[in-house]
Amino acid sequence: MLSSSLIRELTEIVGPGGVIHDSKQLAAYECDAYVAQTGRPAAVVLPADTDQVAQVVRCLAQAGVPFLPRGAGTGLSGGATPMHHEVVISLARMDKLLHVDFANQRATVQPGFVNLELTRQVAQQGFYYAPDPSSQSVCTIGGNVGENAGGSHCLKYGVTTNHVVAAKVVLPDGELVELGDPYGDPLGLDVLGLLVGSEGTLGIATEITVRILKRPQAVKTVMAWFERVEDASDTVSGIIADGIIPAACEMMDQLAMQAVDKSMYHVGYPPDIEAVLLIEVDGLAAGVDDLAERVVEVCRRHRVRTVRVAKDEAERSLWWSSRKMAFPAIGRISPDYMVQDGVIPRTRLTEVLKTIARYSQEAGLRVANVFHAGDGNLHPLICYDARIPGQTEQAAELGRRILELCVDVGGSITGEHGVGVEKIREMEYLFTDTELHLQARLREAFNPRDLCNPGKLIPRPARCVEVKQAAAALASHTSHTV
Amino acid sequence: MNRALSQSARKTPAPADAPETGAFLYPEPPDTDRYSACVHCGFCLEVCPTYQETSDENLSPRGRVYLIKQAAQGLLELDEGLENPVFSCLDCRACESVCPSGVEVGALIEKARGQFHLKAEEEGGASPLTRLFLRGVFAHPRRLRALGKMLRLYQKSGLRAVARSLRLLRVLPPHIREMEAVLPQLSDPPALLKLPERIPAAGTGAQPAAPVTGALFTGCVMDLFFSDINQATARVLTRNGITVVVPKTQVCCGALHVHAGDREQARALARQNIDAFLASGADYVVVNAAGCGAALKEYPELFSGQPDLYAQAQAFARRVRDISEVLVEVGFQPPRGRIERTVTYHDACHLCHAQGIRSQPRQLLTSIPGLKLVPLPDSERCCGSAGIYNLTHPDMANRLLERKLDDIPEAADAVVMGNPGCMLQIRLGVQRRQAGVDVLHTVQLLDESYRKEVIEC
Repeated sequence: MLSSSLIRELTEIVGPGGVIHDSKQLAAYECDAYVAQTGRPAAVVLPADTDQVAQVVRCLAQAGVPFLPRGAGTGLSGGATPMHHEVVISLARMDKLLHVDFANQRATVQPGFVNLELTRQVAQQGFYYAPDPSSQSVCTIGGNVGENAGGSHCLKYGVTTNHVVAAKVVLPDGELVELGDPYGDPLGLDVLGLLVGSEGTLGIATEITVRILKRPQAVKTVMAWFERVEDASDTVSGIIADGIIPAACEMMDQLAMQAVDKSMYHVGYPPDIEAVLLIEVDGLAAGVDDLAERVVEVCRRHRVRTVRVAKDEAERSLWWSSRKMAFPAIGRISPDYMVQDGVIPRTRLTEVLKTIARYSQEAGLRVANVFHAGDGNLHPLICYDARIPGQTEQAAELGRRILELCVDVGGSITGEHGVGVEKIREMEYLFTDTELHLQARLREAFNPRDLCNPGKLIPRPARCVEVKQAAAALASHTSHTV
Repeated sequence: MNRALSQSARKTPAPADAPETGAFLYPEPPDTDRYSACVHCGFCLEVCPTYQETSDENLSPRGRVYLIKQAAQGLLELDEGLENPVFSCLDCRACESVCPSGVEVGALIEKARGQFHLKAEEEGGASPLTRLFLRGVFAHPRRLRALGKMLRLYQKSGLRAVARSLRLLRVLPPHIREMEAVLPQLSDPPALLKLPERIPAAGTGAQPAAPVTGALFTGCVMDLFFSDINQATARVLTRNGITVVVPKTQVCCGALHVHAGDREQARALARQNIDAFLASGADYVVVNAAGCGAALKEYPELFSGQPDLYAQAQAFARRVRDISEVLVEVGFQPPRGRIERTVTYHDACHLCHAQGIRSQPRQLLTSIPGLKLVPLPDSERCCGSAGIYNLTHPDMANRLLERKLDDIPEAADAVVMGNPGCMLQIRLGVQRRQAGVDVLHTVQLLDESYRKEVIEC
């Protein structure tokens, strides 16, 4: 519980409707979309603007109370889960589009502004916002910045960090800084680059300026059904080897198809295919038809069973919904799921999928695969039932094995979902102590008292502390000798 | 406080197939399978009107389902922490339309409300509003009619004028006072009384391949305030070769009771309707009120533990159709009478989200010669009426009403819909703003077009 004087102070800043502190109203904030670990916050504060965020942070920092920012709570690694009784600073009410500069292709939004809403607001003028996480109809741009969110189209257009050009940021002590530059390249160290993907551990972005892009003249979407995963994987490599850079290249396996076909986004996948590919090409109208034809050709070379181009926007939209709704549609076939986010070299797809299938059998837990095949970003969805004692732990263990497999073949533990609390142990598998220590020191420069989203992203293992102590001892020794 | 991985087994000790009860100690708790389907993705947040207005997770579909799940697991109690989230829900089901997992949020909310209702009964007090309206009036056709007569007398006798001039209405809460101000004139007697028990199909136009009979469900609010729409519905049906029967022993559908958690009363009403309509032998039960239609289609839900009644409820529910649905299904005659108007269409929640009916009313409207249909932005967002929500939660209902009015395109001279609750609510808003827009039921325009062709011929 927070002290009543602190609650009073917070209420003075954001008004009575902006503070939730009754313990009975806090349960709903125990987790984001990663539900395997939960923690009750000390309170929830809903500020309305940058100034209120700064005041709230200052007030909490002075009181020594830990806090964390939260957008729509759609994160998949527990980045917004209050594991240490933090005060949740919900940015959901900061949902305004502040400014659009069409001539220079920039838009400035508050952090609670919903990703897809930006595209909706600028579509009339022929623009869109490129990063498109599957949760784009709900997730906020502030959350995207925190997690450096990707999406289906980042294969060609890049992830959030490639689209954020400037931000106002409230640092963990409540100071306000402006990072980046709306129109130029930042001078000095790329502090904005450091902030994007820092999962709310370095500060809270309260105004974000992003690039908006001109809609491509033409888009063609191809769907291809394969009897063997190998053929689908080889097709992906074949397309890239052919010199085509698809806007998106997505794959789903049979279990994922079954789940999403049970939802309202029913495509009607045959039950005896192993993989479906969704490939999109875009660009100038003159070239897109040829590109699509070449994609179809590559599919044919790799024993595709059926391949065709979406006949109209309605069909294209259905195909994309089928892909984008696949994660939550797993709820149709399993009471709980954990989604992993490993990255592997594209050429290792077939072998990694086979190993995942073996791990899945060994653990006795079903795994559905939905992923960005073009950039080797896997999303194995581990199905489990939290009501069966021990199964949550089994699922987590299976997830860990899969991530270690990704690292072993030369990949990484996260492509776009972040580390949060979920993958914090795997950070030690991926990085050396020295590398982790460097990250910890960088964080310390922003967040010296570790009040801002503590325990996320960068592990605090005992040996890290030892390294720190050793470094401190060395430093004092050095200063004595000088 | 953290329930980390190593402790999560403690959180849920029950075996997977055992129903959890936790804080839900009364009959018909929210179903385990229903809340387990929620994977907490949050895709529902952006379409939830109460979340849009508050940005509070407690007032979002995901938050509500999470709290229900927590209570079922015994981690929360049946108290105000759950009560406000559960009762502030509009039960509009917009979340169900977007949920990739197919979580039936409406059914969960209704059953959770049932728990509160039974608890309140045990403790000796439902809210006065619930007692008066749901049990005291809506459950009794005669009292409902008496209320109608009183209102009619009140409006006609000049009593309304007297009450207004003496400012007697000031004793009422402001939102009820406002509602009083826009109550339509109750000039017609209820269609349930006035319409004959059987109206043969009209001889004009092509007939359906086989004779079709539709039993008209007249509803409470619809028949009290808009009995002319019931009559129009009967005319439109017979015009399309459908014989209309009006089972005289039908009663309130019970939707308001289900929404308030009074499942026992709803069951009693459902049994009477099932008997009345199945006895009529009609092919279809035709409804022109979205809220009633959804409730009638969901009758089996009320009899889940009783196989015989469940089967009967299913047989009944299979026949239920919205008026727009049945007309498209049997193949309606395109009307020929011109109506030179520009209108917009509001999707009543219980038509679009609860019954998935979106294209049929639009198909009817666009078939009318001369009529121009312009889109209403975000047409599937609740107008705030939501049964008696505008009486129980006037502030939220008002905010949603204002947004709905803001959305009505300037070009439209009427806003059309398929639910009497929405009609009363939007009419209130239109009158308050003195906007020159008519509030109509889809059937009214269709009927007008059919009637014009008779005159024009």
